[in-house]
Amino acid sequence: MILHFTNARLIDPEAQTDSLGSLTVENGQIASRDGDIAKGAEIIDCAGKCLAPGIVDWGVKIGEPGERHKESFRSAGLAAAAGGVTTMIVRPDTLPPIDTPEDLEFVTRRAADAPVNIRHMAALTKAREGREMVEIGFLTDLGAVAFTDGVRVVADSKLLGRCMSYAKGLGALIVGHPQDPGLSKGAAATSGKFASLYGIPAVSPMAEVMGLDRDLALVAMTGCRWHADQITVAAALPALRRARASGLDVTAGTSIHHLTLNEFDVGDYRTFFRFTPPLRSEDDRLAMVQAVADGEIDVIASFHTPQDEESKRLPFEVAAPGAVGLQTLLPAAMRLYHAGALTLPELWRAMSLNPAARLGLPAGRLAEGAPADLVLFDPDAPFVMDRFGLLSKSKNTPFDGARMQGKVMGSWVAGKRVFG
Amino acid sequence: MTFRARHLLGIEHLNPQDITTLLDLSENYVQLNQRTVKHSDTLAGMTQINMFFENSTRTQSSFELAGKRLGADVMNMSMQTSSVKKGETLIDTALTLNAMHPDLLIVRHPHSGAVNLLAEKVNCAVINAGDGRHEHPTQALLDALTIRRSKGRLHRLTVAICGDIAHSRVARSNLILLGKMENRLRLIGPRTLMPAGVADLGCEVYEDMREGLRDADVVMMLRLQRERMDGGFIPSEREYFHRWGLDAEKLALAKPDAIVMHPGPMNRGVEIDGTIADDINRSVIQDQVEMGVAVRMAAMDLLAQNLRAERGRALAGPGLWG
Repeated sequence: MILHFTNARLIDPEAQTDSLGSLTVENGQIASRDGDIAKGAEIIDCAGKCLAPGIVDWGVKIGEPGERHKESFRSAGLAAAAGGVTTMIVRPDTLPPIDTPEDLEFVTRRAADAPVNIRHMAALTKAREGREMVEIGFLTDLGAVAFTDGVRVVADSKLLGRCMSYAKGLGALIVGHPQDPGLSKGAAATSGKFASLYGIPAVSPMAEVMGLDRDLALVAMTGCRWHADQITVAAALPALRRARASGLDVTAGTSIHHLTLNEFDVGDYRTFFRFTPPLRSEDDRLAMVQAVADGEIDVIASFHTPQDEESKRLPFEVAAPGAVGLQTLLPAAMRLYHAGALTLPELWRAMSLNPAARLGLPAGRLAEGAPADLVLFDPDAPFVMDRFGLLSKSKNTPFDGARMQGKVMGSWVAGKRVFG
Repeated sequence: MTFRARHLLGIEHLNPQDITTLLDLSENYVQLNQRTVKHSDTLAGMTQINMFFENSTRTQSSFELAGKRLGADVMNMSMQTSSVKKGETLIDTALTLNAMHPDLLIVRHPHSGAVNLLAEKVNCAVINAGDGRHEHPTQALLDALTIRRSKGRLHRLTVAICGDIAHSRVARSNLILLGKMENRLRLIGPRTLMPAGVADLGCEVYEDMREGLRDADVVMMLRLQRERMDGGFIPSEREYFHRWGLDAEKLALAKPDAIVMHPGPMNRGVEIDGTIADDINRSVIQDQVEMGVAVRMAAMDLLAQNLRAERGRALAGPGLWG
């Protein structure tokens, strides 16, 4: 089976180019660029729209096991395909968490329901309780790509240090959530004028700096491979810079929501805007966008967190945090593109190339031999977001009713069309 | 008359004319409340439900009395001991009550924004009787009425709000109301009890109480909310009283005719010296309680008028044969 994409605006995050051309796909892999049309090839006329590597979304929450009513592998997979996400890196913070090889086998089996690639992260400590480390070796052998307790910070520095040392020996990647758990306890907003006026329990951005400083000190101590799931405040950037300059194997991500929304979007206690960490000031948002442009922040992800209506229809401070994002990641990213803040190759470097490279996956490239995980999209097509049109089982998106641009026209996984 | 709102959820949504309308009407009810026969039929036939998800004696009895004096059928629900304990959500509780066709819901809740959430789900008028650390509009209105009666005006006054600002919804509502009426506002308290970013809201922030009280027209003390503190905001009550408690010496720095207010209940010897609280020349604390009933009567009266008008419009709409 040979596919020939013609007349495509090719977004190449590796070469950082955005140019017209054609792409040939053979046996699920990219065979050539601007090559001749092979005999019997299926020709797909892209009509000048963008063709890019499929998005690698790092940090997707799926409700299996435990909360399948919120999201299943199948529903998330369909949403991902429709959103141009061809690889989901799934979080282990399920009920119960993925902390044993048996649990990992279960979700690996279940993941076959989804039409896109799935890689799993495993918990770092048993039951995510921060007391005993999981079987990092067995889990790595079974394909766990990283280890994390999610937003639950391992408060015991001695234990975290040991987890890191052990992981270092296996070359395993640890994903941290930089946050001081004491300072951020009970907080639902970022401290400042807005939180004060609305009386929402709030946390200073310094909690993130403190958490990052501690984790980086432990990384320096152990030399392990480490990734910050979400950096969201400007004050955290210098520490990150210093760590990289001193040669630590450190990368950082941020969420699309922290790049496109700020604390004031919460407005009249709208719980779809409740996130962990909470939305930040406009200054911090702009600093994060710049950090992505400068390559200081490597990864943009949706942190897709399905929540049912019941967990959101509550007073703000007790409502569940998080938003679905598989289908809104691309149009939200287009806001940054249309605002002139980031180019498409820069966006795809953060949404596809970097996460794949960090996790040792071959995706995220348009080079010969790379898997034909592709997304064809129109960056300009306007629409009004209707949350009930989302394919995810949960509809908690902060973009409901928003005017957006950017429509996915087709998604391919290993050369097989999964959407459009 | 300008007040056209469906609910009274906070001062934030009111404009200066709304506030003046509410206070002017309250004056009528102050007169009524001083008579022997304190009754009007304004709310006759209407049902008022007081839902208090948080303990309250004075606010709840003030609302209850206000409703009864206006002729409403008043029901008190103590939500702490009811179905909430059985796991019912706030919205289900609201829908259940809504099905009983109340006309006025008076709600207090420990979470900021909870009353707004509830108001979206019911067909009646809702008054916020305090939500978390967000707003307590009737308290700010009764404070405004008290100030206006004793100072003769509600603008160009220097008002010092002292104490536990961080945990206080009374402070927030007062800040907004007094700001809208163009007063000079000062916030005084230890940094641990001062919310972040308040200086951006157009008030002056003082840590030194003596400096903050200088030439103030109104001194508003707040209760130290010990039940909202999960520890470690102040070292001890005696040190707090020494630095931020209102005593005669500190009060002497304010204007000679400055009035002293407190939303109650007071912690004597913690934030206020007992003799100041009892000084009839300075303290207007008892007036505040009196104004509370009048202001709540006025608020309920206006909301009931708006509710009737709205229902009248709905009936007059396309009609049954539309």
